[in-house]
Parts: sequence; structure tokens; C-alpha cells
Amino acid sequence: MTRDINQTIIRIAEIIINTLKLEDVTPQAFDADLDLVDEVGVDSMDLATIALVLRDEYGIRIDEDYYPKLTTVRIIAEYISNKLTSGE
Amino acid sequence: MKTVSSLLDAHWYERYKNISRLNIRSSIYDVTDRCNLRCKGCFFFSSGEHKVASEEKDVGKWHAFVDKEMARGVNLAILIGGEPTLCLDRIEAFYQRLPTFCATNGLIKVPRERFPDMMVGISLWGDAEDEKTLRGVDSFKISSANYAGDPHAYYLYTITPRQLGKTEVIIKRIADVGLKVHMQLLSNDEGVDGFSWQPDELVAVRAEMDAMLDAYPRTVISSRYYHQIITTGTMLGRRFGWMECPSVTDAIDKREPRPKRLTNFIRWASDLKTMHRCCTSETRDCSTCKDGAAHMSWVMVNKRAHMSSPQELRNWIEVYEMFAKLYQFIPW
Ligand code: SF4
Ligand code: SF4
Repeated sequence: MTRDINQTIIRIAEIIINTLKLEDVTPQAFDADLDLVDEVGVDSMDLATIALVLRDEYGIRIDEDYYPKLTTVRIIAEYISNKLTSGE
Repeated sequence: MKTVSSLLDAHWYERYKNISRLNIRSSIYDVTDRCNLRCKGCFFFSSGEHKVASEEKDVGKWHAFVDKEMARGVNLAILIGGEPTLCLDRIEAFYQRLPTFCATNGLIKVPRERFPDMMVGISLWGDAEDEKTLRGVDSFKISSANYAGDPHAYYLYTITPRQLGKTEVIIKRIADVGLKVHMQLLSNDEGVDGFSWQPDELVAVRAEMDAMLDAYPRTVISSRYYHQIITTGTMLGRRFGWMECPSVTDAIDKREPRPKRLTNFIRWASDLKTMHRCCTSETRDCSTCKDGAAHMSWVMVNKRAHMSSPQELRNWIEVYEMFAKLYQFIPW
């Protein structure tokens, strides 16, 4: 489980870096606890785009009302991990 | 990687955090296709928008419609014309449910006992002489008597080239009646003689808008960066126009590549079925469009593009704050 979540964290960091075209950071170096809105400057349109990529990759639909709660890469990874485990 | 806090000092970071989660989702609604004025240069009538749909008269349908809009995620209703105050029951359908802004020419006073804190934006097109030329009446005389000292009202002052050198008189008159003002530029869709912007006039008006903001900071709700964007039509080396505009109705937006845009934005006609192309006239030339709200939104939806330097991010914050004040998401 720990290894899985770490892999998910790195993959989500990669998705965010690619989607937002972030420079000077690798998925491995991306701080999983960095606040995406307050620090990375993500806005709701970015979140919607990221959610679409996650849906395609993991087959999980994230409800729009839930976006504000997805504040860090770690929280997104845990959310996905839980959904996958519960088979929702 | 540049983070927000690495670009801002504590004061600006606090300001950023005050607005970063507002997540404003506006849409624009034509409340009626009638008006008690007929201004030259009014896009609503000159482009025939008043004829594309006939207004819905059943107020029950307006209430049901607003419920549907809320389910779509709209959290700010911007009511425009014709003249919304001709149909107070329809305004109420929005106001009872949503943060609501009502644009008006100010000739009819919104009854405050019915709409105590609804934000009202009163249009003003210049001094008495220009108002008479363009609108047939000196509306300020009437609107200032209706709204003097109202904390939930401000003037939307549309500056025309003829106003160059004269804006201070107007700003002072507005300050004297205890109201705020936001400045925007006339697009002159009808090509009224002497009211189309020339390049040197745009340079001059930018300087004048900056000077007014500096001289009347408590009255003028604006930002220097907004003045720069609206007078130059460029932002971060990009040119404003159709391929950049954030205020295009979502359902008809087939642009590729899809620009950063307002989420779920729609401008509805007053039949509650027809959608207009964008926040202003469908016949307007996007390459010369001066629409203030579209330019403001252009900055707002491009936050991360403003994260390459501290100054750019501060510029972004000021524009976002300006918008949030104009629609009462944060205090003046
Ligand atoms: S008051 Fe507004 S809606 Fe009425 S004619 Fe003038 S610009 Fe158009
Ligand atoms: S006219 Fe202005 S607001 Fe409308 S689509 Fe063109 S640029 Fe955007």
C-alpha cells in the first residue's frame, strides 16, 4: 500500500507538471504536501483539466464539488487510492 | 519551481490568499429587451440583440431558470439589458438565490427595501454634453439623486475619446455624491463620429486613468495593470481577440486550441433559451473590442501566466481584487 501510494504520488505529480507545464521540477522532487492553490497557483480550470487526465488514467470520475478538497498531490493520491480500493 | 509565496512578501501573500479560493463563476443574463433610453453606441440595440428572442414574461419560469443555473454551478448573476429595472420581479428571482449584480442606467431607483444589498452598477458615458449627445439625457443628474451615498452602488463610467482631459470633473462629481466609480472604454460599435479610439488617444487615456486612480484612490475602483491591458489590448506579449477571449458562451465555444476561459460561462437572452455569443455584441469586431469585463476576466483566468515575476503576480492580484470588489466578494 505504501509503495503504491508513493507511485501514485509520483504519477500525479507528473500529470500536474505536464498539464500545467511547470518548469524546474521533477515528479520525484515535487513536494506532495505543497498546497496546489496557495502555492502552485492552480485555478479551477486547471483542476478540471487535471481531473480529466486522472479520469482517463485511473477510470475515476471526480465530482466537481470535490475539487476544493483536493488541495495537495498527496490528498489526490489518497483519494484515488481509496476509490480504487473500494472499487467505486 | 516558482511558488506563490516565493514571489510575494507576507502582505501580498495574505492578499492573494483572500481571493485565491473565491472560485467565482459568473454568467450574464439579459433581463429584458426593452430600455427607457436609446443610447447611440449601445451594442444591445445596434446589433439587433433585442430582436433575437422575445422575453419570457412568466416570472415563475425565471425562478425555475435560476435554480437550473445554480445547479450548473453559477455563483454570480450579472444582469444586463436592455434595462433590468423595468422588470423588478425578474431581478428578484436572481437576488433571492444568488449574489446578484444589476447594471442600470440609474433612471429608476432599485427599491432598497426589496433589494437591500444588491450591487448596482450605474452606467455613465461622460459629462452632461456627451450624455445628451449619446444618450439623449444627462442621466447623472437623475441617477446621482437616486443613489447618492448608497454603499452597494457604483458608477460604470464608459470613457469616450471626447472625455480626454475631462475625466477628473466626472470623478469628482461621483466622489461628491459619495459613490465609487469603475472606468471602462467605449467600443463604439455604431461608429459614432469622433467616438472611435485613435492610438495616441489610447496612450493618453491610460495616463489619465492612472492619474485618476492615484488622485482618488477611495473613489476609483481600478488598477494600473487593468488600464494597461484595456488600452493596449496586450497582456504578457499576447494580443486580445477571439482566440484569447475568456467570455465566450461555453456551449458555442469550439475554439482550438481552447484558451483559458470562464468556467461554464453563458450569456443568456431574455427568452431564457437563446444564448448570445459572448458578454457583448455578436457583431462586435473582436480585434478592436474594448469590453472591460472581458479584459478583466482575461487577466483573471491567466493566473499562472503571471507567476514569472513578483510584479506580474501582484498585477494579477490587483485585477482580481478589483473584480471581487465590484461584485462584492470582498469589501471596497
Ligand atoms: S441605457 Fe444601456 S441598455 Fe439602454 S440604450 Fe443605453 S446602453 Fe443600451
Ligand atoms: S466581441 Fe469582445 S467579448 Fe465578444 S468574443 Fe469578441 S473579444 Fe470576446
